[in-house]
Amino acid sequence: MTSTDELLAIDGVTKAYPGVVANSDVSFRIRKGEVHALLGENGAGKSTLVKTIYGLVRPDAGTMTLDGQPYAPADPSAARQAGVAMVFQHFSLFDALSVAENIALGMETPPKRRVLARRIREVSEAYGLPLAPGRRVGDLSAGERQRVEIVRCLLQNPRLLIMDEPTSVLTPQEVEILFRTLRQLSAEGTAILYISHKLDEIRTLCDGATILRHGKVVGDCVPRETSARDMAEMMVAAKLDMPVKTPAAPGPEVLAVNALSLPAQGQFGTALKEIGFTVAAGEILGIGGVAGNGQDELFAVLSGETRTEPDTVTFEGAPVGRLGPHERRALGLLSAPEERLGHAAAPEMSLADNALMTAARRMGLAPGGWIDRRGVRAYAEKVIAAFDVRTPGPQTAAGALSGGNLQKFVVGREVMQDPRLLIVNQPTWGVDAAAAAHIRKALIRLAEQGAALIVISQDLDELMEISDRITAICDGRMVRPRPAAGLGMNDLGLMLGGRDPEEEAAA
Amino acid sequence: MIRLERRPAPSRTWTYLAPLLAVLATMIAGAIMFALLGKDPVLAIRTIFWDPIFSAQFGAYSRPQLLIKAGPLILIAIGLSLGFRAGIWNIGAEGQYIMGALAGASVALAVYPMELPVLLPLMVIAGALGGWAWAMIPGVLRTMFNTNEILVSLLLVYVAEQILSAAAVGFLRNPEGGGFPGSRNLQSYASAHNAEIIAGSGLHWGVVAAFISVIAAYVLLQRHILGFHIKLAGEAPRAAKLAGVVPARLVLFCLGVSGALAGMAGLFEVAGPAGKISIDFGAGYGFTAIIVAFLGRLHPAGILLAGLLMALTYIGGELAQLMLGLPAAAIQAFQGMLLFFLLAFDVFGHYRLRIATGRTA
Repeated sequence: MTSTDELLAIDGVTKAYPGVVANSDVSFRIRKGEVHALLGENGAGKSTLVKTIYGLVRPDAGTMTLDGQPYAPADPSAARQAGVAMVFQHFSLFDALSVAENIALGMETPPKRRVLARRIREVSEAYGLPLAPGRRVGDLSAGERQRVEIVRCLLQNPRLLIMDEPTSVLTPQEVEILFRTLRQLSAEGTAILYISHKLDEIRTLCDGATILRHGKVVGDCVPRETSARDMAEMMVAAKLDMPVKTPAAPGPEVLAVNALSLPAQGQFGTALKEIGFTVAAGEILGIGGVAGNGQDELFAVLSGETRTEPDTVTFEGAPVGRLGPHERRALGLLSAPEERLGHAAAPEMSLADNALMTAARRMGLAPGGWIDRRGVRAYAEKVIAAFDVRTPGPQTAAGALSGGNLQKFVVGREVMQDPRLLIVNQPTWGVDAAAAAHIRKALIRLAEQGAALIVISQDLDELMEISDRITAICDGRMVRPRPAAGLGMNDLGLMLGGRDPEEEAAA
Repeated sequence: MIRLERRPAPSRTWTYLAPLLAVLATMIAGAIMFALLGKDPVLAIRTIFWDPIFSAQFGAYSRPQLLIKAGPLILIAIGLSLGFRAGIWNIGAEGQYIMGALAGASVALAVYPMELPVLLPLMVIAGALGGWAWAMIPGVLRTMFNTNEILVSLLLVYVAEQILSAAAVGFLRNPEGGGFPGSRNLQSYASAHNAEIIAGSGLHWGVVAAFISVIAAYVLLQRHILGFHIKLAGEAPRAAKLAGVVPARLVLFCLGVSGALAGMAGLFEVAGPAGKISIDFGAGYGFTAIIVAFLGRLHPAGILLAGLLMALTYIGGELAQLMLGLPAAAIQAFQGMLLFFLLAFDVFGHYRLRIATGRTA
């Protein structure tokens, strides 16, 4: 690697927060035009590192060099002036404003509106990112919103573009468009620092990768020449035990949803339209879909938090639409929601209390309403042991656990109640690879024991890995479930867009 | 540069330390205020905190007052704390206290002068029902129309005060009172009198009820699933819903219990220390109990201590007005400081103070 070739050099960057060293002596280099991946589990220090590069965090020690010049941005505005741009995982856009207005807000010196609109059109056409400057951002899809962010960055002609988990909200087709754009940028000499935990994406897109663990660089690799499994094992420093799902002969029907329609709740809710499906014993039904297409609403209907007409949801033949979560649990219909803090668990309460929260009825932890403290503690300890939850003990507050550990506890709490049907929303969202494998394996084992499972997930790889049948939800409608075997990524992409691959093929 | 840094987990030490520091800071700030008013600060603090119990001159009078004042405060605060734990804000205990007193006193006055052994228990039930019914108004409005229970319960205090005046000069007025406002004195109606159980101690049935409520609340919160659901609803409302808690039912339960306890407190007061329904019967217990509830960390044992402390500042405050000529407003400001400092010190339970020198990168 010659020095003229080098765009960004990071040397010995260290940043400590109280109680945790986020980055410890991190060094790596990015060449001009290189697509460089930053890999690591949650909490490995990726976010802190890119925030340092983008001027949001000041390192305690270490230096950065950008194109041969010392680089120490005091704030993001200084970073942008130096040619570093960043697209965040969570968009910072105003729904009520137009695309052009949003872009102007993010610029240091926005040009006149007409000039800006023309530039937006030029850039978006040049990079294959169709975008109408006059449209209201509130009406755009997640993929289009991301385009707004990207175009906003591109208008400033960056030398380095940082992308934090850019594909987590995109359909496979949108991912393709994004990748084309990124490759074109790279060909023009713009370097891209790409953060993702989707290893297959990194293998198709990136030229080099730096792997972080516990804030330290533990290795680098050429992703094209390294298997996803090897990369994952470098990330977690352990052999990964990947779950394997053996297709089971479907048992009797456990749950049926019939013609479920539900008006949207509140301004940002999604209406459910004519949803109908069944799940059989021993089967895992995977429900895919881009976030915000009705997953949360469907989950609430299944868990009992939202009640419907009795016959809309039937469980083992009996109408349960009117029953609340407590009554459904008594029947064996259990659920684990997506949002860990505040929904699946009460962050300031102990793990024992959080076990009591949903296990009181089935595990007999509060006979006659009187809490059996010893039983609660024992049950929490059982979940902690069986699911390898890393915590000092059941008295620890749930909020003190890492995302992966808390998720293991939340899923374990339900799995160990021996459910007839378990509904899990985003079982491994924001969870590191080892914990994710553990959770998936537990779900598969539960199905093998004869329980029915519904897994709602945005992670298509996960759905393919564990589901017997897959369906998708798009704008509150559900496509017909299809056997997972023989389903390609392209089919899945069509399903996420609300279309039926078979009908598309016939048309 | 001074900045606050969020603690990973709330500090337990601070949970217990904050009320003590708040009392200490109130004493210091109060002393400064009294000094500015031209009074001897040390004497003023001593008069408020020490003399009511230990003064040879006043102790005999003010010691029983401690229980008399603390009883209703604790009883009301215990009820409020259940709702506050669940995120249900009953600010109108004062109104429920008045309505309970009116309901209970009405029962007694309706059968006057018949002597009935069950009259006092009947009055207690009527008082609890009166307070409960008054609290059900914000409860039902909230569950049916999603109104704000803070506003509704607070405004109903003023409605209750109007009804109190109407009762004192109208339908409950003593027919033998020579036209003066105010009802018959229940202290001279044996069956209805909530007399001291031990003469000279201040211990009447309301104080006993307060102690029972402390124990009951403790057991409910620590050992019963309902108490767990109350805490859960306050900590994480969505999680509570997932656990099967029906929010509307919880609202009605918490408002109902706090209303009933406030109503009972009102009844015990009107049948005991106050003796009669009068225009100025509402003495602010319902509002002060809010401070007591928070000062006691919404914990039953804490509320017991906080109620006694608050009662002390009441009696001591009166004493200070009498002996040192301190204005009543200064005493109220002094009591208000307590909550103010408590909230201030509470910040340190969740945040750490960092004093950092300005560093450049």
